Amino acid sequence: MNNLIFRNIIRFIGLVLLQVLVFNNIEVFSFITPFIYILFIMLLPFNTPRWLILISGFLLGLCIDMFSNSGGIHTAATVLIAYLSPWAQNVVSTKSDNEPGIQPGILNSGFKWFFLYALILTTAHHICVFYLEIFRFTDFFDTLKHALYNVVFTLVFIIISQYLFFNRKS
Amino acid sequence: MRPLIQFLFKYYNFFLFLLLEFFAILIIYQNSYYQQSSILSAANAISGGIYGFSSGITDYIGLKSINKTLADENAHLLSLQKSSFIKTNNKVFVVNDTLYQQQYTYLSAKVISNTANRANNYLTLNKGLKQGIKKNMGVISSQGIVGIVKDVSENFCSVTSLLHSKTKISAKIKKNDNVGTIIWKGDDYRVVTLKDVPAHVKISVGDTIISSGYSMMFPEGILIGSIYSYEINKGKDFYEIRVKLFNDFNNISYVYVINNLMKDELNELEKRSQNE
Repeated sequence: MNNLIFRNIIRFIGLVLLQVLVFNNIEVFSFITPFIYILFIMLLPFNTPRWLILISGFLLGLCIDMFSNSGGIHTAATVLIAYLSPWAQNVVSTKSDNEPGIQPGILNSGFKWFFLYALILTTAHHICVFYLEIFRFTDFFDTLKHALYNVVFTLVFIIISQYLFFNRKS
Repeated sequence: MRPLIQFLFKYYNFFLFLLLEFFAILIIYQNSYYQQSSILSAANAISGGIYGFSSGITDYIGLKSINKTLADENAHLLSLQKSSFIKTNNKVFVVNDTLYQQQYTYLSAKVISNTANRANNYLTLNKGLKQGIKKNMGVISSQGIVGIVKDVSENFCSVTSLLHSKTKISAKIKKNDNVGTIIWKGDDYRVVTLKDVPAHVKISVGDTIISSGYSMMFPEGILIGSIYSYEINKGKDFYEIRVKLFNDFNNISYVYVINNLMKDELNELEKRSQNE
Protein backbone atom coordinates (compact mmCIF):
# COMPACT_ATOMS: atom_id res chain seq x y z
CA MET A 1 0.00 0.00 0.00
CA ASN A 2 2.80 2.40 0.96
CA ASN A 3 4.62 1.42 -2.18
CA LEU A 4 1.52 2.34 -4.17
CA ILE A 5 1.29 5.79 -2.58
CA PHE A 6 4.99 6.38 -3.12
CA ARG A 7 4.74 5.36 -6.77
CA ASN A 8 1.85 7.72 -7.35
CA ILE A 9 3.70 10.64 -5.77
CA ILE A 10 6.68 9.99 -7.99
CA ARG A 11 4.39 9.75 -10.99
CA PHE A 12 2.76 13.03 -10.02
CA ILE A 13 6.07 14.91 -9.90
CA GLY A 14 7.41 13.16 -12.99
CA LEU A 15 4.35 13.95 -15.09
CA VAL A 16 4.26 17.60 -14.00
CA LEU A 17 7.92 18.06 -14.91
CA LEU A 18 7.49 16.19 -18.19
CA GLN A 19 4.49 18.29 -19.12
CA VAL A 20 6.07 21.59 -18.15
CA LEU A 21 9.58 21.09 -19.43
CA VAL A 22 8.95 18.97 -22.51
CA PHE A 23 5.37 18.83 -23.73
CA ASN A 24 4.57 22.50 -23.15
CA ASN A 25 7.28 23.25 -25.68
CA ILE A 26 5.70 21.09 -28.35
CA GLU A 27 3.57 23.03 -30.77
CA VAL A 28 2.22 21.10 -33.73
CA PHE A 29 0.43 23.35 -36.24
CA SER A 30 0.84 26.14 -33.68
CA PHE A 31 -2.11 25.08 -31.53
CA ILE A 32 -1.61 21.44 -30.55
CA THR A 33 0.10 20.83 -27.24
CA PRO A 34 -0.38 17.34 -25.83
CA PHE A 35 -1.51 17.44 -22.20
CA ILE A 36 -0.16 14.14 -20.99
CA TYR A 37 -0.22 15.05 -17.31
CA ILE A 38 -3.85 13.85 -17.04
CA LEU A 39 -2.41 10.33 -17.26
CA PHE A 40 -1.93 10.65 -13.51
CA ILE A 41 -5.69 10.81 -12.91
CA MET A 42 -6.29 7.95 -15.32
CA LEU A 43 -3.79 5.68 -13.63
CA LEU A 44 -5.03 6.11 -10.06
CA PRO A 45 -5.98 2.65 -8.77
CA PHE A 46 -9.57 1.44 -8.90
CA ASN A 47 -11.60 2.28 -5.80
CA THR A 48 -9.40 5.15 -4.75
CA PRO A 49 -11.63 7.29 -2.48
CA ARG A 50 -13.35 9.85 -4.65
CA TRP A 51 -12.41 12.76 -2.41
CA LEU A 52 -8.75 11.76 -2.81
CA ILE A 53 -9.06 11.72 -6.59
CA LEU A 54 -10.66 15.16 -6.49
CA ILE A 55 -8.04 16.66 -4.19
CA SER A 56 -5.12 15.23 -6.15
CA GLY A 57 -6.72 16.41 -9.39
CA PHE A 58 -7.01 19.88 -7.92
CA LEU A 59 -3.35 19.91 -6.87
CA LEU A 60 -2.24 18.54 -10.22
CA GLY A 61 -4.10 21.22 -12.14
CA LEU A 62 -2.76 23.88 -9.79
CA CYS A 63 0.83 22.77 -10.46
CA ILE A 64 0.33 22.85 -14.22
CA ASP A 65 -1.32 26.27 -14.03
CA MET A 66 1.50 27.60 -11.94
CA PHE A 67 4.01 26.71 -14.63
CA SER A 68 2.08 27.58 -17.76
CA ASN A 69 0.60 30.89 -16.57
CA SER A 70 -2.86 29.69 -17.45
CA GLY A 71 -4.41 30.70 -14.13
CA GLY A 72 -6.93 28.06 -13.09
CA ILE A 73 -7.93 26.68 -16.48
CA HIS A 74 -6.14 23.38 -16.02
CA THR A 75 -7.30 23.19 -12.41
CA ALA A 76 -10.94 23.40 -13.46
CA ALA A 77 -10.51 20.84 -16.24
CA THR A 78 -8.56 18.41 -14.09
CA VAL A 79 -11.05 18.56 -11.22
CA LEU A 80 -13.77 17.84 -13.77
CA ILE A 81 -12.13 14.66 -15.05
CA ALA A 82 -11.20 13.67 -11.51
CA TYR A 83 -14.90 13.73 -10.77
CA LEU A 84 -15.75 11.92 -13.99
CA SER A 85 -13.13 9.17 -13.82
CA PRO A 86 -14.99 6.68 -11.54
CA TRP A 87 -18.10 7.26 -13.62
CA ALA A 88 -16.14 6.66 -16.85
CA GLN A 89 -14.77 3.43 -15.42
CA ASN A 90 -18.32 2.19 -14.74
CA VAL A 91 -19.61 3.22 -18.14
CA VAL A 92 -16.83 1.49 -20.02
CA SER A 93 -16.41 -1.67 -18.02
CA THR A 94 -18.51 -4.65 -19.05
CA LYS A 95 -17.70 -7.05 -16.27
CA SER A 96 -16.69 -6.48 -12.69
CA ASP A 97 -13.03 -6.73 -13.53
CA ASN A 98 -12.09 -3.58 -11.62
CA GLU A 99 -10.40 -5.15 -8.65
CA PRO A 100 -9.52 -2.71 -5.88
CA GLY A 101 -5.91 -1.63 -5.71
CA ILE A 102 -5.14 -2.39 -9.33
CA GLN A 103 -4.44 0.56 -11.55
CA PRO A 104 -6.17 0.93 -14.89
CA GLY A 105 -3.99 0.18 -17.88
CA ILE A 106 -3.82 -1.67 -21.14
CA LEU A 107 -2.29 -4.75 -19.51
CA ASN A 108 -4.81 -5.03 -16.72
CA SER A 109 -7.94 -4.05 -18.55
CA GLY A 110 -7.28 -4.57 -22.23
CA PHE A 111 -6.63 -2.14 -25.05
CA LYS A 112 -10.25 -1.45 -25.95
CA TRP A 113 -11.27 -0.75 -22.38
CA PHE A 114 -8.37 1.56 -21.69
CA PHE A 115 -8.70 3.35 -25.00
CA LEU A 116 -12.37 4.17 -24.44
CA TYR A 117 -11.71 5.19 -20.85
CA ALA A 118 -8.84 7.48 -21.89
CA LEU A 119 -10.86 8.83 -24.80
CA ILE A 120 -13.75 9.92 -22.58
CA LEU A 121 -11.54 11.61 -20.00
CA THR A 122 -9.20 13.25 -22.52
CA THR A 123 -12.09 14.62 -24.56
CA ALA A 124 -13.79 16.04 -21.47
CA HIS A 125 -10.57 17.59 -20.25
CA HIS A 126 -9.56 19.12 -23.58
CA ILE A 127 -12.97 20.57 -24.36
CA CYS A 128 -13.01 22.14 -20.92
CA VAL A 129 -9.50 23.57 -21.33
CA PHE A 130 -10.05 24.92 -24.82
CA TYR A 131 -13.37 26.63 -24.12
CA LEU A 132 -12.12 28.13 -20.88
CA GLU A 133 -9.06 29.40 -22.67
CA ILE A 134 -11.04 31.08 -25.46
CA PHE A 135 -13.85 32.02 -23.06
CA ARG A 136 -16.43 32.70 -25.73
CA PHE A 137 -18.65 30.66 -27.99
CA THR A 138 -18.30 32.77 -31.13
CA ASP A 139 -15.80 30.40 -32.73
CA PHE A 140 -17.58 27.39 -31.34
CA PHE A 141 -16.72 24.89 -34.07
CA ASP A 142 -13.17 26.11 -34.56
CA THR A 143 -12.51 25.66 -30.88
CA LEU A 144 -14.12 22.23 -30.94
CA LYS A 145 -11.99 21.24 -33.92
CA HIS A 146 -8.81 22.36 -32.18
CA ALA A 147 -9.77 20.53 -29.00
CA LEU A 148 -10.46 17.29 -30.88
CA TYR A 149 -7.19 17.47 -32.86
CA ASN A 150 -5.45 17.92 -29.56
CA VAL A 151 -7.27 14.89 -28.12
CA VAL A 152 -5.78 12.74 -30.88
CA PHE A 153 -2.24 13.83 -30.06
CA THR A 154 -2.65 13.44 -26.32
CA LEU A 155 -4.17 9.98 -26.77
CA VAL A 156 -1.29 8.87 -28.98
CA PHE A 157 1.20 9.85 -26.29
CA ILE A 158 -0.86 8.21 -23.55
CA ILE A 159 -1.11 4.90 -25.45
CA ILE A 160 2.60 5.00 -26.29
CA SER A 161 3.46 5.57 -22.63
CA GLN A 162 1.37 2.51 -21.71
CA TYR A 163 3.46 0.31 -23.99
CA LEU A 164 6.70 1.96 -22.86
CA PHE A 165 6.33 1.66 -19.11
CA PHE A 166 3.94 -1.18 -18.35
CA ASN A 167 5.15 -3.93 -20.59
CA ARG A 168 7.26 -6.06 -18.31
CA LYS A 169 4.51 -7.03 -15.93
CA SER A 170 2.75 -9.44 -18.32
CA MET B 1 -32.03 19.71 9.70
CA ARG B 2 -31.08 16.07 9.83
CA PRO B 3 -32.22 15.21 6.33
CA LEU B 4 -30.10 18.06 5.00
CA ILE B 5 -26.99 16.79 6.77
CA GLN B 6 -27.73 13.29 5.57
CA PHE B 7 -28.11 14.63 2.07
CA LEU B 8 -24.78 16.46 2.29
CA PHE B 9 -23.05 13.34 3.58
CA LYS B 10 -24.55 11.18 0.90
CA TYR B 11 -23.33 13.39 -1.86
CA TYR B 12 -20.21 14.82 -0.24
CA ASN B 13 -18.13 13.91 -3.26
CA PHE B 14 -20.30 15.99 -5.48
CA PHE B 15 -20.10 18.94 -3.13
CA LEU B 16 -16.36 18.59 -2.86
CA PHE B 17 -16.30 18.63 -6.63
CA LEU B 18 -18.39 21.80 -6.72
CA LEU B 19 -16.20 23.43 -4.08
CA LEU B 20 -12.98 22.68 -5.94
CA GLU B 21 -14.47 23.83 -9.23
CA PHE B 22 -15.54 26.99 -7.49
CA PHE B 23 -11.97 27.59 -6.38
CA ALA B 24 -10.70 26.94 -9.87
CA ILE B 25 -13.16 29.37 -11.41
CA LEU B 26 -12.22 31.89 -8.73
CA ILE B 27 -8.58 31.57 -9.72
CA ILE B 28 -9.44 32.00 -13.40
CA TYR B 29 -11.51 35.05 -12.55
CA GLN B 30 -8.84 36.54 -10.34
CA ASN B 31 -6.15 35.79 -12.88
CA SER B 32 -7.93 37.51 -15.72
CA TYR B 33 -8.25 40.69 -13.66
CA TYR B 34 -5.01 40.80 -11.77
CA GLN B 35 -2.59 39.25 -14.20
CA GLN B 36 0.46 40.49 -12.33
CA SER B 37 -0.44 39.81 -8.74
CA SER B 38 -1.53 36.25 -9.32
CA ILE B 39 -0.03 33.62 -7.04
CA LEU B 40 -0.17 31.11 -9.83
CA SER B 41 2.33 32.79 -12.07
CA ALA B 42 5.36 31.19 -13.61
CA ALA B 43 7.46 33.78 -11.84
CA ASN B 44 7.20 32.42 -8.32
CA ALA B 45 10.07 30.78 -6.52
CA ILE B 46 9.35 27.15 -7.34
CA SER B 47 8.46 27.37 -11.01
CA GLY B 48 10.96 30.15 -11.61
CA GLY B 49 13.69 28.03 -10.09
CA ILE B 50 12.83 25.01 -12.19
CA TYR B 51 12.61 27.09 -15.36
CA GLY B 52 15.93 28.69 -14.51
CA PHE B 53 17.46 25.27 -14.12
CA SER B 54 16.07 24.00 -17.41
CA SER B 55 17.13 27.10 -19.33
CA GLY B 56 20.56 26.70 -17.79
CA ILE B 57 20.73 23.46 -19.74
CA THR B 58 19.07 24.56 -22.96
CA ASP B 59 21.01 27.83 -23.06
CA TYR B 60 24.20 25.87 -23.15
CA ILE B 61 23.00 24.00 -26.23
CA GLY B 62 22.31 27.29 -27.97
CA LEU B 63 25.67 28.79 -27.04
CA LYS B 64 27.20 28.16 -30.43
CA SER B 65 24.60 30.10 -32.37
CA ILE B 66 24.54 32.85 -29.77
CA ASN B 67 28.28 33.25 -30.14
CA LYS B 68 27.88 33.54 -33.87
CA THR B 69 25.21 36.20 -33.65
CA LEU B 70 27.28 38.16 -31.17
CA ALA B 71 30.28 38.05 -33.47
CA ASP B 72 28.11 39.22 -36.38
CA GLU B 73 26.72 42.01 -34.31
CA ASN B 74 30.16 43.10 -33.23
CA ALA B 75 31.26 43.20 -36.84
CA HIS B 76 28.31 45.36 -37.66
CA LEU B 77 29.02 47.69 -34.76
CA LEU B 78 32.70 47.98 -35.67
CA SER B 79 31.78 49.02 -39.18
CA LEU B 80 29.61 51.78 -37.73
CA GLN B 81 32.40 53.07 -35.52
CA LYS B 82 33.94 56.43 -36.11
CA SER B 83 37.35 54.98 -36.92
CA SER B 84 35.83 53.15 -39.87
CA PHE B 85 34.97 56.42 -41.54
CA ILE B 86 37.25 58.82 -43.31
CA LYS B 87 36.64 62.48 -42.97
CA THR B 88 35.78 64.18 -46.23
CA ASN B 89 35.90 67.65 -44.90
CA ASN B 90 37.36 69.56 -47.86
CA LYS B 91 36.99 73.25 -48.33
CA VAL B 92 35.49 72.65 -51.73
CA PHE B 93 33.62 69.47 -52.05
CA VAL B 94 31.18 67.92 -54.40
CA VAL B 95 27.66 67.41 -53.12
CA ASN B 96 27.98 64.77 -50.49
CA ASP B 97 25.34 64.62 -47.86
CA THR B 98 27.46 63.13 -45.12
CA LEU B 99 30.46 64.51 -43.39
CA TYR B 100 31.94 61.06 -42.99
CA GLN B 101 32.32 58.46 -45.66
CA GLN B 102 32.78 54.86 -44.71
CA GLN B 103 36.23 53.51 -45.30
CA TYR B 104 36.26 50.17 -43.49
CA THR B 105 33.73 47.40 -43.19
CA TYR B 106 34.11 44.31 -41.04
CA LEU B 107 33.15 40.73 -41.68
CA SER B 108 33.08 38.18 -38.92
CA ALA B 109 34.63 34.79 -39.58
CA LYS B 110 35.41 31.67 -37.64
CA VAL B 111 38.93 30.26 -37.40
CA ILE B 112 38.81 26.66 -38.53
CA SER B 113 42.50 25.92 -38.33
CA ASN B 114 45.39 27.71 -36.73
CA THR B 115 49.00 27.15 -35.79
CA ALA B 116 51.31 29.11 -33.53
CA ASN B 117 54.27 26.83 -33.07
CA ARG B 118 55.94 26.96 -36.49
CA ALA B 119 58.27 29.46 -38.08
CA ASN B 120 55.62 30.47 -40.57
CA ASN B 121 52.12 30.26 -39.22
CA TYR B 122 48.83 30.41 -41.08
CA LEU B 123 45.16 30.49 -40.13
CA THR B 124 42.20 29.28 -42.15
CA LEU B 125 38.86 31.06 -41.92
CA ASN B 126 35.42 29.85 -42.93
CA LYS B 127 34.70 32.76 -45.27
CA GLY B 128 35.86 33.21 -48.85
CA LEU B 129 35.20 34.84 -52.21
CA LYS B 130 31.46 34.25 -51.93
CA GLN B 131 31.33 36.25 -48.73
CA GLY B 132 33.38 39.06 -50.26
CA ILE B 133 36.87 38.32 -48.96
CA LYS B 134 39.80 39.32 -51.15
CA LYS B 135 43.53 39.00 -51.00
CA ASN B 136 45.50 41.33 -48.70
CA MET B 137 42.66 42.18 -46.38
CA GLY B 138 43.54 42.69 -42.73
CA VAL B 139 42.34 40.25 -40.08
CA ILE B 140 41.86 41.24 -36.45
CA SER B 141 40.27 39.76 -33.37
CA SER B 142 38.75 41.61 -30.47
CA GLN B 143 42.18 41.57 -28.82
CA GLY B 144 44.24 42.83 -31.71
CA ILE B 145 45.81 42.22 -35.08
CA VAL B 146 45.82 38.63 -36.30
CA GLY B 147 47.22 38.72 -39.82
CA ILE B 148 46.65 39.38 -43.51
CA VAL B 149 44.60 37.36 -46.01
CA LYS B 150 47.01 35.49 -48.23
CA ASP B 151 44.85 33.30 -50.42
CA VAL B 152 41.13 33.04 -51.08
CA SER B 153 39.04 30.13 -52.33
CA GLU B 154 35.32 29.92 -52.95
CA ASN B 155 34.32 29.50 -49.30
CA PHE B 156 37.53 29.72 -47.31
CA CYS B 157 40.58 31.90 -47.00
CA SER B 158 44.03 31.39 -45.62
CA VAL B 159 45.62 34.08 -43.53
CA THR B 160 49.28 34.83 -43.00
CA SER B 161 49.54 35.07 -39.27
CA LEU B 162 51.31 37.90 -37.51
CA LEU B 163 53.59 35.05 -36.43
CA HIS B 164 55.21 34.69 -39.85
CA SER B 165 58.77 35.50 -40.85
CA LYS B 166 57.61 37.61 -43.80
CA THR B 167 54.94 39.60 -42.01
CA LYS B 168 55.65 43.30 -41.60
CA ILE B 169 53.06 45.55 -40.09
CA SER B 170 53.29 49.26 -39.55
CA ALA B 171 52.69 50.11 -35.89
CA LYS B 172 53.13 53.01 -33.54
CA ILE B 173 53.48 53.75 -29.87
CA LYS B 174 50.16 55.04 -28.70
CA LYS B 175 51.63 57.55 -26.27
CA ASN B 176 53.69 59.59 -28.72
CA ASP B 177 52.73 58.38 -32.21
CA ASN B 178 56.22 57.21 -33.17
CA VAL B 179 55.99 54.75 -36.01
CA GLY B 180 57.87 51.50 -36.42
CA THR B 181 57.56 48.08 -37.99
CA ILE B 182 56.35 44.92 -36.30
CA ILE B 183 58.15 41.70 -37.20
CA TRP B 184 58.25 38.27 -35.63
CA LYS B 185 61.54 36.59 -34.91
CA GLY B 186 60.09 33.13 -34.59
CA ASP B 187 61.01 32.37 -30.99
CA ASP B 188 57.98 32.99 -28.78
CA TYR B 189 54.40 33.10 -29.98
CA ARG B 190 53.50 35.64 -27.33
CA VAL B 191 56.14 38.21 -28.27
CA VAL B 192 56.87 40.22 -31.42
CA THR B 193 59.52 42.85 -32.15
CA LEU B 194 59.00 46.51 -32.98
CA LYS B 195 61.85 47.95 -35.08
CA ASP B 196 62.72 51.33 -36.55
CA VAL B 197 61.72 53.49 -33.61
CA PRO B 198 64.42 56.19 -33.29
CA ALA B 199 66.52 56.06 -30.14
CA HIS B 200 65.76 59.59 -28.98
CA VAL B 201 62.10 58.74 -28.36
CA LYS B 202 61.19 58.24 -24.73
CA ILE B 203 59.47 54.91 -24.11
CA SER B 204 58.80 52.79 -21.05
CA VAL B 205 57.74 49.25 -20.29
CA GLY B 206 53.98 48.79 -20.52
CA ASP B 207 53.35 51.35 -23.28
CA THR B 208 50.63 50.27 -25.67
CA ILE B 209 51.45 49.55 -29.30
CA ILE B 210 48.70 50.07 -31.87
CA SER B 211 48.43 49.92 -35.64
CA SER B 212 49.53 53.12 -37.35
CA GLY B 213 46.97 53.35 -40.08
CA TYR B 214 49.75 53.78 -42.67
CA SER B 215 49.06 50.42 -44.23
CA MET B 216 46.02 49.79 -46.32
CA MET B 217 44.94 46.74 -44.37
CA PHE B 218 44.32 48.10 -40.91
CA PRO B 219 42.67 51.24 -39.67
CA GLU B 220 44.50 53.31 -37.16
CA GLY B 221 44.34 52.30 -33.52
CA ILE B 222 43.90 48.54 -33.67
CA LEU B 223 45.56 47.04 -30.59
CA ILE B 224 48.70 44.94 -30.94
CA GLY B 225 50.43 44.61 -27.57
CA SER B 226 52.37 46.33 -24.84
CA ILE B 227 56.10 46.94 -24.43
CA TYR B 228 57.75 44.10 -22.56
CA SER B 229 61.41 45.13 -22.78
CA TYR B 230 63.63 47.26 -25.01
CA GLU B 231 67.27 47.88 -25.87
CA ILE B 232 69.36 49.98 -28.25
CA ASN B 233 71.68 47.97 -30.44
CA LYS B 234 75.29 49.12 -30.44
CA GLY B 235 76.15 51.43 -33.29
CA LYS B 236 72.56 51.94 -34.27
CA ASP B 237 70.12 54.70 -33.67
CA PHE B 238 67.04 52.56 -33.35
CA TYR B 239 65.36 50.67 -30.55
CA GLU B 240 64.74 47.00 -30.59
CA ILE B 241 61.47 46.74 -28.66
CA ARG B 242 59.98 43.47 -27.51
CA VAL B 243 56.20 43.65 -27.56
CA LYS B 244 53.96 41.29 -25.65
CA LEU B 245 50.89 40.53 -27.77
CA PHE B 246 47.40 41.03 -26.40
CA ASN B 247 46.21 38.20 -28.60
CA ASP B 248 46.67 34.63 -27.45
CA PHE B 249 47.51 33.09 -30.81
CA ASN B 250 47.02 29.63 -29.45
CA ASN B 251 43.39 30.40 -28.75
CA ILE B 252 41.66 32.38 -31.47
CA SER B 253 38.16 31.35 -32.49
CA TYR B 254 36.35 34.33 -34.01
CA VAL B 255 38.01 37.07 -36.07
CA TYR B 256 37.00 40.03 -38.19
CA VAL B 257 38.17 40.57 -41.72
CA ILE B 258 38.62 44.24 -42.61
CA ASN B 259 37.60 45.48 -46.01
CA ASN B 260 39.16 48.80 -46.96
CA LEU B 261 36.69 50.35 -49.37
CA MET B 262 39.24 52.87 -50.63
CA LYS B 263 42.05 50.45 -51.18
CA ASP B 264 41.93 50.56 -54.99
CA GLU B 265 42.01 54.31 -55.00
CA LEU B 266 45.01 54.38 -52.67
CA ASN B 267 46.81 51.69 -54.67
CA GLU B 268 46.39 53.57 -57.89
CA LEU B 269 47.62 56.79 -56.37
CA GLU B 270 50.70 55.12 -54.94
CA LYS B 271 51.48 53.42 -58.23
CA ARG B 272 51.22 56.69 -60.09
CA SER B 273 53.55 58.51 -57.73
CA GLN B 274 56.07 55.67 -57.84
CA ASN B 275 56.18 55.71 -61.63
CA GLU B 276 57.10 59.33 -61.77
